[in-house]
Amino acid sequence: MKRMRTHLPSRKAIAVLTAALLATGMAACGNSDTGDKGDDGKITLGFSQVGAESGWRTANTTSIKEAATGAGIDLKFDDAQQKQENQIKAIRNFIQQKVDVIAFSPVVESGWDTVLKEAKDAKIPVILTDRSVDSADKSLYKTFLGSDFVKEGRLAGEWLVEQKKAAGGPVNIVELQGTTGSAPANDRKKGFAEAIAANPNLKIIASQSGDFTRAGGKQVMEQFLKANPKIDVLFAHNDDMGLGALEAITAAGKVPGKDITIITVDAVKDGMQALADGKFNFIAECSPLLGPQLMDLVKKVHNGEQVPARIETQETTFTQEQAKEALPNRKY
Amino acid sequence: MSNRKAGYRALTTHRLFWPVAVLVVMLAANTVYRPGFLSVQMRDGHLYGSLIDILRLSAPLILVALGMTLVIATGGIDLSVGSLCAISGAIACLHISRQPDQNDLGGVLTALALGLGVALVLGAWNGVLVAVIGIQPIIATLILMVAGRGLAQLITEGQILTINSGPYKAIGVGHLLTLPLAIFLALAAATVVAVVTRRTALGLMIESVGGNARASRLAGIRSGRITFLVYVISAACAAVAGFMMTANVSSADGNAAGLWVELDAILAVVIGGTSLAGGRFSLSGTILGALLIQTLTTTVYAMNISPQTSLLFKAVVVIAVCLIQAPGFRARFARRRAPAAAPAPVSEQPKEQVPA
Repeated sequence: MKRMRTHLPSRKAIAVLTAALLATGMAACGNSDTGDKGDDGKITLGFSQVGAESGWRTANTTSIKEAATGAGIDLKFDDAQQKQENQIKAIRNFIQQKVDVIAFSPVVESGWDTVLKEAKDAKIPVILTDRSVDSADKSLYKTFLGSDFVKEGRLAGEWLVEQKKAAGGPVNIVELQGTTGSAPANDRKKGFAEAIAANPNLKIIASQSGDFTRAGGKQVMEQFLKANPKIDVLFAHNDDMGLGALEAITAAGKVPGKDITIITVDAVKDGMQALADGKFNFIAECSPLLGPQLMDLVKKVHNGEQVPARIETQETTFTQEQAKEALPNRKY
Repeated sequence: MSNRKAGYRALTTHRLFWPVAVLVVMLAANTVYRPGFLSVQMRDGHLYGSLIDILRLSAPLILVALGMTLVIATGGIDLSVGSLCAISGAIACLHISRQPDQNDLGGVLTALALGLGVALVLGAWNGVLVAVIGIQPIIATLILMVAGRGLAQLITEGQILTINSGPYKAIGVGHLLTLPLAIFLALAAATVVAVVTRRTALGLMIESVGGNARASRLAGIRSGRITFLVYVISAACAAVAGFMMTANVSSADGNAAGLWVELDAILAVVIGGTSLAGGRFSLSGTILGALLIQTLTTTVYAMNISPQTSLLFKAVVVIAVCLIQAPGFRARFARRRAPAAAPAPVSEQPKEQVPA
């Protein structure tokens, strides 16, 4: 402990010194380079990504990299490998390098106040993408760009209400929830329940967690099918659980997409394929392709323009026909 | 009279009495909740019902727990089995996905050989760390538990790899004699392990190493070799379980396949009456433990217990099983109350303990 205490300030001092040296060095470079107008006007964006844990995340990374190139923004990309300390380190590096804007997808919600304060003191605007932080001081970041999970659930529910408008009798719905307690699971459940409340015939008769995985979705659906002889609709909180449930439905001798209407969220490639094949009926998109929107925001905050505190990712929904059209151009 | 009493005592003090009793109670509770729970029908030429699901889904856990039983019998533990499941499944699926014809039996067999081969190498790595270098088993296998997940994700490039191969799928969802093929594979593995350990001196040697590795070595048993062997067997079991898990959903998910299965396997071993201290083991107990855990999971879904409370429900049942099995707890409990066997107060005890 003692060693650490004596060690820390000196390390900090070195960091400050290095930063100062770097800054003067850069200033010197800047001076000597005044004649060269190569990348003077270029905005530098430091971006720290969560990791590469899923196809969704990989598509997210690709979108950001491509959009940065397209918008002429100099991107410094960092992969935090799912660790908060890596992310904090990356943000401190960005501050030292005096990037123009910092953006990141927080690995976890809490523990960001200190490092965000450092960014604020250095007058570097911060943009959150995909996931939010729980800091009480909202001035620590400019805006949060990400999906609205409640809306995704609501869109799914509204489509169902529209489809079952003519239904005379009760419509039995089973729900495959995401990981218990996770924000997408809670919010999608909430949005869906709100939307289907419009028609009292629509009833959720069973709801269980499938942990966002195919194996989980399949195992839970097998028991749903045995416990409930009449299931009309399946709402799965992501494509993968829906894909797992497909196998359970087929094994039970029912035709997915016909005997049981299937609605999911995400629109990853395998899910879109199932939709185009007529096995799913509807997908509410949760898009990772927020790169262009992010670059737009980066330019705005760099120019000192006011931006809303919360911006939703541009997302859509897909029916079977739309999936057939969109499938060849899907990036993930 | 005393004869009957003695018979009763012999029954209730049998190692496997309480796990069997809890299993029966759970099945009965399910039947009360939904009378059709136990019903099994013929569909598409094979049996179909919740009981069949339990058999099929417990097969991978039985396999992993079998390997774990031998490792624990030597006084060790293998935390890497979940990651090994993910790796073997990912390798097999990757190889199949690159075949021009995914239904080609030869390609599938090559894929299985590749997956199994890599798992054996990784099992040997665990064995070397523990038996040769002498690292604590929990630390040695923790390395692969953490790094192995990353390896599995590297193999699948962070994506979920979907395949469409009939022969491979059969490992997970195929049928033999109207029953799931997976359960036959698991039972075949159990039979092989049982014959090899109980019909030869191997089982005795494993128990002897678990009891006292040094004394065994001085008595002429190559305890290092035995320790090495059990980690390799455990990896092989995990590999086959990984094939089943990925075949079940026809896709390899490096992130989720076999996640936390090592903990379920350890639990199955403990419920089956194998001591974590090593020195003795029960294969039949382990199989029963695995069936119990899968029945518990299926019960949660079948009874539609809300996801928020299902973990608590599982914890209460598991604690109850462990407590009524513990001789110390039973002895203390028997002294306090009248001799009539009433399990109700027992289940109250763990409930009080859970929040704490």
